[in-house]
Amino acid sequence: MDASLPAHMRPERSFQGFILALQRFWAEQGCVILQPYDMEMGAGTFHPATTLRALGPKPWNAAYVQPSRRPKDGRYGANPNRLQHYYQFQVIMKPSPPNLQELYLKSLAAIGIDSAMHDIRFVEDDWESPTLGAWGLGWECWCDGMEVSQFTYFQQVAGVECAPVAGELTYGLERLAMYVQGVDRVYDLNFNGRDGDAKVTYGDVFLQAEREYSKHNFEIADTAMLFEQFKMAESACRKYLEAGWKDGKREAHLMSLPAYDQCIKASHVFNLLDARGVISVTERQSYILRVRELAKACGEAWIHTEAGGAG
Amino acid sequence: MPDLLLELFSEEIPARMQAKAAEDLRRMVTDKLVAEGLVYEGAKAFATPRRLALTVHGIPARQPDLKTERRGPKIGAADAAVQGFLKATGLTSLDEAKIQRDPKGDFYIALIEKPGRDAIDVLAEILPVIIRTFPWPKSMRWGARSGKPGSLSWVRPLHAIIATFGLETEEPDVVKFSVDGIEAGQTTYGHRFMAPSAISVRRFEDYEAKLKAAKVILDPQARKDIIFADAKELTFAQGFELVEDQVLLDEVSGLVEWPVVMMGSFEAEYLAIPDEVIRATIRNNQKCFVVKDPKTGKLTNKFVLTANIEAPDGGKTIVAGNERVIRPRLSDAKFFYETDLKTKLEDRLPKFEQIVFHEKLGTQAARIKRIECLAAEIAPLVGADVAKATRAAHLAKADLLTEVVGEFPEVQGLMGKYYALAQGEDASVAAACEEHYKPQGPADRVPTDPVSVAVALADKLDTLVGFWAIDEKPTGSKDPYALRRAALGVIRLIAENALRLSIMKMAASALAGLSLKPADAQKLPSDLLAFFADRLKVQLREQGARHDLVDAVFALGDQDDLLMIVRRVEALGKFLESEDGKNLLAGIKRASNILGIEEKKDKRTFDGAPDAALYGLGEEKALAKAIGEVKAEASAAVSKEDFAAAMSAMAKLRPPVDAFFEKVRVNDEDAKVRENRLKLLNEIRSATRAVADFSKIQD
Repeated sequence: MDASLPAHMRPERSFQGFILALQRFWAEQGCVILQPYDMEMGAGTFHPATTLRALGPKPWNAAYVQPSRRPKDGRYGANPNRLQHYYQFQVIMKPSPPNLQELYLKSLAAIGIDSAMHDIRFVEDDWESPTLGAWGLGWECWCDGMEVSQFTYFQQVAGVECAPVAGELTYGLERLAMYVQGVDRVYDLNFNGRDGDAKVTYGDVFLQAEREYSKHNFEIADTAMLFEQFKMAESACRKYLEAGWKDGKREAHLMSLPAYDQCIKASHVFNLLDARGVISVTERQSYILRVRELAKACGEAWIHTEAGGAG
Repeated sequence: MPDLLLELFSEEIPARMQAKAAEDLRRMVTDKLVAEGLVYEGAKAFATPRRLALTVHGIPARQPDLKTERRGPKIGAADAAVQGFLKATGLTSLDEAKIQRDPKGDFYIALIEKPGRDAIDVLAEILPVIIRTFPWPKSMRWGARSGKPGSLSWVRPLHAIIATFGLETEEPDVVKFSVDGIEAGQTTYGHRFMAPSAISVRRFEDYEAKLKAAKVILDPQARKDIIFADAKELTFAQGFELVEDQVLLDEVSGLVEWPVVMMGSFEAEYLAIPDEVIRATIRNNQKCFVVKDPKTGKLTNKFVLTANIEAPDGGKTIVAGNERVIRPRLSDAKFFYETDLKTKLEDRLPKFEQIVFHEKLGTQAARIKRIECLAAEIAPLVGADVAKATRAAHLAKADLLTEVVGEFPEVQGLMGKYYALAQGEDASVAAACEEHYKPQGPADRVPTDPVSVAVALADKLDTLVGFWAIDEKPTGSKDPYALRRAALGVIRLIAENALRLSIMKMAASALAGLSLKPADAQKLPSDLLAFFADRLKVQLREQGARHDLVDAVFALGDQDDLLMIVRRVEALGKFLESEDGKNLLAGIKRASNILGIEEKKDKRTFDGAPDAALYGLGEEKALAKAIGEVKAEASAAVSKEDFAAAMSAMAKLRPPVDAFFEKVRVNDEDAKVRENRLKLLNEIRSATRAVADFSKIQD
């Protein structure tokens, strides 16, 4: 931890200070610090900086915060730690450096978790994303019995083998900050690190949103519109992919990113429909499969682009 | 003789894979050594979260020399043959060859000595192959090298290899090899947090000791012992008792290199949650042990955690952290439990109309209706109250829709019982909510309460008949709906409760309840019966009993009373162990064989009663008389379901059968006498069919 930080910026006092500490740490490791992707998505992994950049031979090191939407996890603001919107901090390093575990432990130290004092553990957790056609091996990282991060060596993404393999770290920011700040309710997190009247809590920022979105996600979201949107995103994705092949030959692709946006869109719309409870168990599987087909086609297009390593 | 030390140091190996990996490493290395002629004295393998280690002691320093002889051309053979021989054997001239005398001409013989190689060179060759082909259940690639084909796969990134070989008294040599850029050497690392520096080791003894000094306990059993002993002591010291859990102990010992056992607590208010739910919460999510009060046998508000470090504050922070994690977990569980209690089980049922049990078999609601009807039908046959059985079947699945079961599937059924009791259901009805799933496996308890038995049978039969009707039968190793387990469950429910039920009738009832009508509905009950026969055979085989007797009983036809089948098989098994049984079986087989041959010869059967007027010999008459008596006696015993008595009656056949074969020639010259004797033989067969078809019994 950086001792020169003013009190309100210290990671154990301030949620934003906590995020900034992580950003600074990973910037020092050579990562580009990106801003959140401007679309609704279920996890930081969906960000093209992870999903697509994990593919192809070119080195890539990035870190960013990604607001993550899990419509089903909404609890109308009544649960102390379940949210339908929360922040993930995402790090991707390709190829995975040999000391990635050590870097991860240093990043914990940077946010005030001393591994001499806390019981840090790497507990088996194989990661799989059926919608992204992706899997990897790694761990949940535990701090005193609490899962604080996900650590994965990507083996396959969007149906494409990772060569070389990228290492991915995902920190659940609210949960970690609650631990470091010593609060039991997420809405009590000190957001800006100030005291008294100047203090802004996580609840001040997000409690109303949690209530409103829970009502929206579970009760009101227009399902007819969402079904339509799913179809539209799916067909737009296919259309852009088709149109993106240069000269109609499957050698170079010119539009993988806009196509992938539609895949992200379809995935989020599916999550909303799922939260509304209008997708039956058997249909559920087929929707997941449809999103995966889009993701795979986008991955295939990406590896035929410049950043994907073609040419 | 020299020893080998091998260590494969990696990132954290999943706990569940460690024991098998250590064993695989030991097996692969020692098998290979033996195959190379290097017979060792002993080997032991170890695993921690970050390393696999193997010590093999007493390996010969060199492979034995191999001497072989190779026969060459005849003396005076063409030069080309001689040159070929010299080239193949490495001899410089024929002077070095021996000559072997042979009547067909003398031959050159080359003596080839293949000197054994140094064991260390053999190791350098076999170890990298073993590492590259190691059978991890799941392995991965990593780092820059993973961009190229042929990169190493390991369970998690592999960082270092120790491979030393040498005598106790000397500085050992490093076995020189490298795998995917990792050079074997003498360096390992201590505990990740408490002693992370590099350690240089020579051989197993100093390796294990230096690791211990560096806060790593190499032997998993030693870690288990520490955790178990410390956990017992900690709980005992406070007047409590550890709830032992071998599976959890195995897992926890695979998560730490330096176990530090501590006790934490949670608010006593959470003890209002059923013990099983507390345990599931703490065990599944936190990998901690729960603690009970020996006075009440109930859980107390303590838990035992195993940390991987000795912290400077004595673990206060760690315990406090774990308590902070367990609290919201239990709070969730309590909330789920209390929420569940607010809704009556029957009020959950309408939701089952939206839940598909199986595409072709309709909704869960439809299935519950079917089980209710079937349970009501079975109830009087098993001595259960019809109303209670119907009620239990009505409620038994409702807990699937509760929050607690949603969170912890392993407490399904059990929660049904708690919720049923909480809403004032009859004790038998509540018990059936839990017990109707039983028996889950061969080791599981079979319910005895008639209400539980009725619902358990109805549930399993509906499943079996349903999947039979849509032709989703188990094949080979595939049994996705656990139908074999269901069938075995039915067998055990019937046999252990001594129930009289017709499988055919019950299957027909279950079939009638289905909304779909399969094309071969007629055949279904008998097909299913054959499946039960198979399961019974498998069960008997597993118990070490004779399974061929099942065929002998089923071959009688019309056997669908499982209890009677089991009893017959048991009685038959006992009988065949006796001297009378063995001899009678031999006699019957002999009769059957002769009949078989003659039937084939004459292209006819020898049914029908023999003619007493044609009996010429005393033995014939005696046998005919015995058959008549035994038939009557055995049938009477069978109709009283006294199979032991039926077998004793059978035993009386033995002396006349033996005497008959000794004195009587079946193939008499007189065709009429021959036919009559064959008919008599046929009578033996038919008499014994009162209990079983002996021809199906293997010798």
